[in-house]
Amino acid sequence: MAKVDWPAADKRTHIGKRISRIDGAAKTTGAAKYSYDINHPQMLWAKLVTSPHAKAEIGDIDTSAAEALPGVKAVWKQTFKEGDSKTAQYAGQIVAAVAAETEEIATEAARLVKVQYTEQEHQVVDSDPALSKDRPNERAVGNVEQAFADGDSITMSGIYGLPVITHCCLEPHGQVTEVKDGELYVWPSTQNVSRYTDRLGDAVGIPQNKIHVDCQHMGGGFGSKFNFDKWGEIGALLSKQSGRPVKLMLDRDLELATAGNRPSAYAKVKVGAKKDGTVTAVDAEVWGTGGNGGYNPPPVPYVFTKIPNTKVVGKGIRTNRGGQRAWRAPNHPQGCLITMSALADCAAALKMDELDFFLKNVTQTDRPKVYEEELKIAADLIGYKQKAHLRGQGGGAGPVKRGLGIAIHTWGGLGHPSECEITINQDGSVVTKLGSQDLGVGNRTAINIVVADTLGLPLNAVQVEIGKNSYPPSGGSGGSTTIGGVSVSSRAAATEALNKLCAAVAMRLNTQADNLEARDGSIRQIDKTENKVSWKDACAALGPNPIVARGKNVPAESRAAKLIDQGVGGAQIADVSVDIETGIVTINEMVAVQDVGLIISLKTAESQVYGSLIMGITSALFEECVYDKKTGRMLNADMEFYRLAGIKDIGTLKVHMMTGAGYDERGVIGIGEPPVISPGAAISNAVANACGVRVPYLPLTPDRVLAALQKGEGIV
Amino acid sequence: MSEKTELTNRSGLSRRGFLKGIGVTTAATGIVTAVKPLAEAAAIDNGVKGPGELPVTLKVNGQNKRLNVEPRVTLLDALRNRLDITGPKKVCDRATCGACTVLVDGKPVYSCTLLAVEAEGHDITTVEGLGTPEKLNAVQKAFIEHDAQQCGFCTPGFVTAATAFVREHPNATIEQVRAGLGGNLCRCGTYAGMLLAVSDAAKKGAA
Repeated sequence: MAKVDWPAADKRTHIGKRISRIDGAAKTTGAAKYSYDINHPQMLWAKLVTSPHAKAEIGDIDTSAAEALPGVKAVWKQTFKEGDSKTAQYAGQIVAAVAAETEEIATEAARLVKVQYTEQEHQVVDSDPALSKDRPNERAVGNVEQAFADGDSITMSGIYGLPVITHCCLEPHGQVTEVKDGELYVWPSTQNVSRYTDRLGDAVGIPQNKIHVDCQHMGGGFGSKFNFDKWGEIGALLSKQSGRPVKLMLDRDLELATAGNRPSAYAKVKVGAKKDGTVTAVDAEVWGTGGNGGYNPPPVPYVFTKIPNTKVVGKGIRTNRGGQRAWRAPNHPQGCLITMSALADCAAALKMDELDFFLKNVTQTDRPKVYEEELKIAADLIGYKQKAHLRGQGGGAGPVKRGLGIAIHTWGGLGHPSECEITINQDGSVVTKLGSQDLGVGNRTAINIVVADTLGLPLNAVQVEIGKNSYPPSGGSGGSTTIGGVSVSSRAAATEALNKLCAAVAMRLNTQADNLEARDGSIRQIDKTENKVSWKDACAALGPNPIVARGKNVPAESRAAKLIDQGVGGAQIADVSVDIETGIVTINEMVAVQDVGLIISLKTAESQVYGSLIMGITSALFEECVYDKKTGRMLNADMEFYRLAGIKDIGTLKVHMMTGAGYDERGVIGIGEPPVISPGAAISNAVANACGVRVPYLPLTPDRVLAALQKGEGIV
Repeated sequence: MSEKTELTNRSGLSRRGFLKGIGVTTAATGIVTAVKPLAEAAAIDNGVKGPGELPVTLKVNGQNKRLNVEPRVTLLDALRNRLDITGPKKVCDRATCGACTVLVDGKPVYSCTLLAVEAEGHDITTVEGLGTPEKLNAVQKAFIEHDAQQCGFCTPGFVTAATAFVREHPNATIEQVRAGLGGNLCRCGTYAGMLLAVSDAAKKGAA
């Protein structure tokens, strides 16, 4: 019997090859139906009524005028049980909803809902650690004061930070819901198909096992779409009330202000280092906001966790802003920006080359060899030796200065629990089912690659069905755990199915089942490959019952078997130009070198790294949720003023995957998070290298660059 | 008033008796009025269009589609909500992101900023009209080949804008592509693939 393992490099027919995503044609032609695109006959449109105040007690909610508007079919309003807080904690908090025959009527009806508010004093500022009222989170190792006092060392102090940014999924949060005959059918935009319904049943009074989830395509999640959310509950209640399907998708302003929110992080950092560049101590005060909830300070020092003396005090600031949501690599981009900036400033203080400085200190990380190799490859790819200069010493006499900046990062991975069912039918067709989802990372394609490779079939001979909670359960897509989960469960199911098929044809081929393999559309004898039967003929010989096989990923077991792993490193270098007269930062080039274990789907994996660089460029140069202190509202909850990078903003990008011997043996590791961590830090370091001063906070907008130049040491 | 007249004239909306002169802008300010049934709205001959629903014929992907819409309904909403043509996506809804891009008489237009009633009499092409999964156009093929898409929500708008671009700019350079596709936005970060895809398609032509 074939066992569950990954095929050797020379046996892989699809795994690791550059294969175009299998839903590419559906997506490029508009045939792919996203949740927002689902239209049903008799479907109603829902719109939300939200608090305009950042903090206010909610009084009477009068929906009578809305109900009287022709075309309005259902109304929901917030009710409060004894002991419930009646206080809206942020502008955009939902208080009521309406469902009507058309989107226009629903919008109009929502405006007719009258809500009484008693305003309270709000707090939306996160820039001052003195605003923290929570107990500080303190961690200390060694003795930083003693290290700083060492006569052979220098110290460097700096301030760094990144603001709250919002996910800005292009498909907003929301869903189409239909309650019919006591069953609930929901088409949500979710990254968590199998467990989307958790607690939804209780919330809407329908048993969990009567909730049917279907999400074939979703327009971006990035960590923000795990739960059904308040709007999921409201959609179901409006459908129950009206007896009609209801579409409820967030309007863009609500999407930006309330359905995203990556916590901010700011820090005052003091670094001690020996004159040879060895970092000996890091002392940091870190603060930020995660909205009205608690705050988990980012890891500082990041990656360089073996620095012997560290002291970090984290302070959370509660603000009347929308709640925090997980964002690709939670807390890592923050820890990376703070740490890598402080270290680069330390190198500059020592007048050391940044690359030499990082190479000197990789011994203080968990994987020195990997980082050393990656840094050297990245340096070669960007032409570091030819372009590098000490901080502020490049660029000649003109106003445009050029510089390079470095950052390194890490992430876990592993694989979430996942189950897969494969059916081989008598006609030779193969159907693979998992309750998983494809956020655009190429999950469908990766599953197809694994199953087709295992069964020795072309890709189009395997049908992949995902997106329904009626399929075998698979984990939510978070933390770069999806590919580890689904690749193992589908490999295991395919192996089991193949073993059954081999058993069925062994007698016909006059050999043992374990002396058979699947290759090139046939089942053949391993030691006598001309003794074979075509896939179709093998399946035709099956009796009336198709082969049904299940496989699953049990993370710890799969890790022990080297099917999956966790813990990767990556290095990135940015090459930027800074116009010191206008403050405009331009990306010339960026390189990403990424350790990723065994790659299943090379083309889509590379796309994720390119995408990470671009997303990182966006947050480094443009993104920030701007709040008005007085009204407590987000001022830029639209896409003109909450800017995303355009195609002209990205420069030239290069991606290098650490794969092949030495990496493949680790098994499969996810790639959604790691490469998105470093760009902000690398770009910030490059700007400092170019113009001679640190611009302390992202995004690196012209006003910030000019302010830093004016205030700082400046450039000659 | 002159501005309103100009808008109406430019859009060529005077072909029905009750649609004389002004209308679109006036109707848009009248939305607080309850929705009037079609017949009632049509019966009012005061030169104002709406606020009730109006019959409109839109020529979409070569087919004439008759529908009833209020004057305030955008072309994007008419396509998506009335005609179930959902390739064009609603993202920013205010002419920033390009996800709703369609071709109007061959030119790329943000369909979120054009009213459905203004689109009458024009040739509208959505991404569905450019190719099908079985018969892809050159841009669609190149997008797949160069993996110029991830979640895919911006993809129809980009494919539509890019198709218009390569028709105008055969043999476009990468720098021309950067300038030419500046009107669309992607969140997943698929621009690297797009640069290759669009310049590749421009070389092959025949979009």
